[in-house]
Amino acid sequence: MHAETRLIMGMSCTVTVRGERPSDRVFQEVFDYFHWIDGLLSPYRPESEVTRINRGELSEAAASPEVARIIGLCRQTEQETEGYFNAWRGGRFDPSGLVKGRAISEAAQMLRRRGLEDFMVEIAGDLEVASQSTPWRIGLRNPLQTGEIIKVIEVRNAGAATSGEYLQPGHIYNPLGEAPGGTASLTVIGPDAYEADRFATAAYAMGDRGIGFIDGRPGLEGYQIDRTGKAIYTLGMDSYV
Amino acid sequence: MRRLLIASITAATIAAAIITKNLLPASTQAAGATATPTTSSAPTGSTNGGSSAPSTGLRDGTYTGSSVDAYYGNVQVRAVISGGRLTDVQFIDYPRGQGRSQEISNHSLPILKSEAIQAQSAQVDAVSGASDTSQAFDSSLQSALSQAS
Repeated sequence: MHAETRLIMGMSCTVTVRGERPSDRVFQEVFDYFHWIDGLLSPYRPESEVTRINRGELSEAAASPEVARIIGLCRQTEQETEGYFNAWRGGRFDPSGLVKGRAISEAAQMLRRRGLEDFMVEIAGDLEVASQSTPWRIGLRNPLQTGEIIKVIEVRNAGAATSGEYLQPGHIYNPLGEAPGGTASLTVIGPDAYEADRFATAAYAMGDRGIGFIDGRPGLEGYQIDRTGKAIYTLGMDSYV
Repeated sequence: MRRLLIASITAATIAAAIITKNLLPASTQAAGATATPTTSSAPTGSTNGGSSAPSTGLRDGTYTGSSVDAYYGNVQVRAVISGGRLTDVQFIDYPRGQGRSQEISNHSLPILKSEAIQAQSAQVDAVSGASDTSQAFDSSLQSALSQAS
């Protein structure tokens, strides 16, 4: 296995290739693309188009083609999820709920165009894999206990994304007087990272019902963990275990 | 990669609850604290010279961090500094489900399974896990700590 990792967009980005090591240029093309996406879309960069849109200096209609594409995908996802995916909360444009997944999927396409068939592209825990034979083994993090893996799945050609938070039950209490309920994390497996990411984002916003939404969409499987450590998952997850 | 460790606090006593973490890289870091609590096993305040753990230089008190957008909702934490150390972190606000009354249309009853999660020790090629809200948690906590230093 040959892996290269860079810190881009404030996140760890890794390209892993099995078999013969491709040239450095293959890895660099992916990382250059991620840098470019970061420059256009990062809400932390003062001159990104997203930041300028939110400062009122750039209208969405005047955005560059790539950002216009992202805006379109956000609108489409909003419709497909009855508004639970919403890139325009609080009057701010924030497409981060699908940018990571889309960037991974685009990078995976770059590698396929280069003729690679056995690889993994990962950004901060969201990923897409390709394989003709040996599956990729993916561990799912325990959202309630740092450093622990609570599920291992084997996937060949799919994307995986997890939405959620890190909490330890009983260790942080809510001054509002109620124990936090609801979902600690929701992992979605889909045909690619873009599909997994956008629907993991939307389904997480649905609270407990998120896993039901994933179940209702063909091509998606989900694993939802609540704050008590109970997991609810779709039937198709068993085929990955 | 960031790692967030939160030691437990019992209801009856406040032990030295310590948070250690690696700071986010500069491009995602909210402006704020440089002080990061280091691990320690016991509160100081004693008069013996020798081997007490270094104080972080945080002023005692309760500090409310900024409310940070975690995409699914806001995260806001309150940090309690006692004996110069971070002893408690409380959620003032955290993302909840949206609680809409509107039903999701075209959606038949799901067939789902459930299980208790269990630690696995197998080898894996990669790990998938949530990161969005923890960034907001880090940001809010940093802004609280920056007021204490």
